Amino acid sequence: MSTTHVVSSRQTVDDRYGRIRRYTLSERVNHWVGSLFYTYCLITGLAFWSPYMYWLAALVGGGPTARFWHPWFGLAFTVSMVWMYAMWRRDMQITEADRRWSKAMGYYVKNEDEKLPPVGRFNYGQKLFFWLMFFGIILLLISGLGLWFVEGIPWSLRWLRYLSVTVHVIAALATIGGFIIHVYMGTAMVRGGFTSIIRGEVSTSWAKTHHRLWYEQVTGDRSSKK
Amino acid sequence: MSQATLAIRRISGHAGPAPGEDVERDELVCKLVDTTTCIGCKACEVACLEWNGYTFTDTVFDNSYQTMPETAWNYWNLIKFNEHERADGSITLLMRKDQCMHCADPGCLAACPADGAIVQYTNGIVDFQQQNCIGCGYCVSGCPFDIPKFNPTTKKMFKCTLCVDRVSEGLEPACIKSCPTGCLHFGTKDDMKDLAEARAKQLRENYGIKDAGVYDPAGVNGTGVIYVLHDVNNPEAYGGLPSNPHVPWLVRIWKGPAKWIGNLAMLGGILGVTLHYLRYGPKEVDAEKHENGGRP
Repeated sequence: MSTTHVVSSRQTVDDRYGRIRRYTLSERVNHWVGSLFYTYCLITGLAFWSPYMYWLAALVGGGPTARFWHPWFGLAFTVSMVWMYAMWRRDMQITEADRRWSKAMGYYVKNEDEKLPPVGRFNYGQKLFFWLMFFGIILLLISGLGLWFVEGIPWSLRWLRYLSVTVHVIAALATIGGFIIHVYMGTAMVRGGFTSIIRGEVSTSWAKTHHRLWYEQVTGDRSSKK
Repeated sequence: MSQATLAIRRISGHAGPAPGEDVERDELVCKLVDTTTCIGCKACEVACLEWNGYTFTDTVFDNSYQTMPETAWNYWNLIKFNEHERADGSITLLMRKDQCMHCADPGCLAACPADGAIVQYTNGIVDFQQQNCIGCGYCVSGCPFDIPKFNPTTKKMFKCTLCVDRVSEGLEPACIKSCPTGCLHFGTKDDMKDLAEARAKQLRENYGIKDAGVYDPAGVNGTGVIYVLHDVNNPEAYGGLPSNPHVPWLVRIWKGPAKWIGNLAMLGGILGVTLHYLRYGPKEVDAEKHENGGRP
């Protein structure tokens, strides 16, 4: 018996293997395109940030090359973020379930997931990271334009030059903080997460455990109790 | 514009101390610009272009005698003109030779991220090394005098070198050599300071210019270009010479405490997730996890 039924345009349950489609191809392409642009900006940005990390520029062709491409990759990352926003903005709204989950987040950190209330397609932490990157890139874009065209800022408004530097640094550090946690959780901590953003599938038990409300929504199975 | 014969006081963007940095002492060199005897002939502008190998660019008319509104990447020396109204309503034409001030505490060097792109020699000259410059423009944000300019073709920053190539061979800068009125002087900082103070005293006592004085701003620990001004209390009147220039405090924080706080935070993040993994380990859900990622 093999029944493949489309639950929504984006999510498919394939009962043969107990797998659930978690990310569409466009979502995965978007994620990896964005991650490429972000990582480039991270490496080159760290090179400009500290003399102790200036050697990172050599990895991508040297200081002048890094400086030339950093703003363009930043723009490309902005575009990928707009694309991601268009796909995920509804899924990323903070819900009542998220608020309940956030209060119990300590259990999540301690891997006592059985004590957590159920959440939808994304949990509160994932949503926080999304909005951190979303608002982070807005600040990085605006301040980055100020750095890119610093001579275009008139001398009488020179405080904008100093503000650009400051905002760019603060926003970049905030996104780096989120990025470290995101990479750790996506690769090492949450097993199954990394393959899901590559192949787009998770197991039903994974879905039930981490995103119960989403599992119930896509399968129509409301009887599942752990 | 590298000068191997000159010893280095400090360089930009270097991890740790640079070899040979700040081990030698030298007389500081200094340009003295006496704005009270400048006639605005612009010989210094032409000499600067000629020595540094730039052709004359188009002038930009801005209702003034000025060649263009600001210095440019290929125009390092600019006489700024200002029709200034005195307190009694009379008009005076103020002229000031604008160029890199060669600050003892250079904001450009503090802001620069590129290893060795900005060098301060022991004689006080602050020079850009274009072969190391990445064209990021951070020096523009660091400079309290709005001097570094970007060459869009080569994507490098340029500014007055204080004719480091002439000075290191025992010559005066080109602008000084061309000045017909003697309003430009060149020598050691001490001598120029003495000369400037003597001239200011002369202006005050013999010419009744009671506010005459010397501009050598303490906010950047003094400069390698000093001015004699008729009114030292109003340097802004001389084409926007800042009254209290200093490296912007946001640039200072960015290049100082923010660097270490940020680095510690990033390191803390990496350590934090590592410790989390060691303490709590991964979240494993799938009973079939050992079976080819859940696939049969």
